[in-house]
Amino acid sequence: MSNVLELVNVRKSFDSELVLNDLSLTVKEHTATVLIGASGSGKSTLLRCINLLETIDDGQIFLDGQEISDPLISVDEVRRKLGMVFQSFNLFPHKTVLENITLSPIKVHGIAPDQAREQAMVLLKRFDLADKADQYPDRLSGGQQQRVAIIRSLAVNPRVLLLDEITSALDPVLVNEVLSIVRDLKHDGMTMVLATHEMGFATQVADEVCFLESGLILERGSADQVLKSPQHAKTKDFLKRVHEAGRL
Amino acid sequence: MLNGPDQQAWSPSSRELERRNARRQISRKQFTIAGISSVLVLGALYTLIITSPGWRVVKATFFDLDYGREVLPTVLRGLVVNIQLSFIGGFFIAVIALSLALIRTTKSPALTPFRFLATAYVDIFRGAPLLLIILLVGFGVPALRLAGLTSNVIVLGTVAVVLTYSAYVAEVIRSGIMSIHPSQRAAARSLGLTSGQTMRFVVLPQAIKRVIPPLLNDFVSLLKDTGLVSILGVTDAVRAAQINASRTFNYTPYVVSAILFLLITIPLTRYIDRVIRRSSAKQNSEGAI
Repeated sequence: MSNVLELVNVRKSFDSELVLNDLSLTVKEHTATVLIGASGSGKSTLLRCINLLETIDDGQIFLDGQEISDPLISVDEVRRKLGMVFQSFNLFPHKTVLENITLSPIKVHGIAPDQAREQAMVLLKRFDLADKADQYPDRLSGGQQQRVAIIRSLAVNPRVLLLDEITSALDPVLVNEVLSIVRDLKHDGMTMVLATHEMGFATQVADEVCFLESGLILERGSADQVLKSPQHAKTKDFLKRVHEAGRL
Repeated sequence: MLNGPDQQAWSPSSRELERRNARRQISRKQFTIAGISSVLVLGALYTLIITSPGWRVVKATFFDLDYGREVLPTVLRGLVVNIQLSFIGGFFIAVIALSLALIRTTKSPALTPFRFLATAYVDIFRGAPLLLIILLVGFGVPALRLAGLTSNVIVLGTVAVVLTYSAYVAEVIRSGIMSIHPSQRAAARSLGLTSGQTMRFVVLPQAIKRVIPPLLNDFVSLLKDTGLVSILGVTDAVRAAQINASRTFNYTPYVVSAILFLLITIPLTRYIDRVIRRSSAKQNSEGAI
């Protein structure tokens, strides 16, 4: 399996606050890498740096062996290969579900509108949202909106899917419908990097779990290793707190 | 259970009937009070005006019905000029204002001098009195006697109004663009859209929708302010009224002109109020997107 994504000594700070502290990470093809850690540990920033929404202060990021942290590279080109799903969905409220999904395939990837709509409908049918195709996002439940957002990022066949706490803004009863899509994608062999607070879900999909603390990966390994028998005191403490909150 | 037989057979309890009766009595009483109060106040006002020593003169000078009817066609023809000017000017204002707003919100390095110029333009034309700009353009430009420049007062008046209103409207559109949450831009960019595509397909459609109420307000102001070009000698509604009034020393034509403007602006502002109410209701239902 080849390395799709490689982060080498990535450093990022906001003002005087160091958010990523010479962090390194390798993501192999067809694997799911799950980032866990307290709020503010740098999970979201890491994903935003990969997607070039943030400029890193030092280090390198490689996508399929190409350095994407090079300022001379076209950010639009890079983003075409990456899918990103946000905590707050960020659907376009003035566009229907179908228009949300087909915008990038038509305008960025140059796919014929009819074909793009057809492909979008295939995805919508697969995830039980075909009847919502012509609805506007504000007519949908949070879970439905987030599923549409996932489909929107899938519609461009990304090399890597970046999922940033995609269930954190959802009602607990809606969480599972969103996570089941991610399980399906894992089954399909999609390469994914996810930040999540859902430890049970992490156990199901993760090939590797990384525990982030103050901008560093303190502990990494299989879900069983990190979540069931953590070595580091801070990992233990974090998992204990998660457990107390009833999320494990 | 809601559709069960109990629901269908429900009839209000005697206590509920008593309450309804009481509510009816209260509202009847309030209605009576409002009626009496209105009749008293408005009646007093009417009597005061009618019986005041100056009313006869006021009526003859401002509300001469026969004379009003006589000048109505002339003033109405003038009003057509105001309306035409508003629509033609409105078109150019929309184009220029949108360009200014886009230039001011772009980060493209190639457009740096244009960004500076656009800012200076907005500062100047938003800050200077419209009447001054009309005088400058309307009388100043013909004084140059440059070949190729028109001395048509309607055109020059429109240009002056367009210059000023473009600055106002550009700021309205810009505020709309800035009001779109950065997460929308992040989502669009992460789908691979360029910054231009993001502006065109994601930000601008939402921004324009959001500023439609203030834009309609500006259109009402524009319609009224076209009356200012009368100072250049354009025979609009205001000028038509002025010509007649100065001929007869009867000011009814001004009142006629004012009523004609109000007949357009009042329904238009009521409509705008409805648009604002509707859009704010929709925003609230959209929640925290």
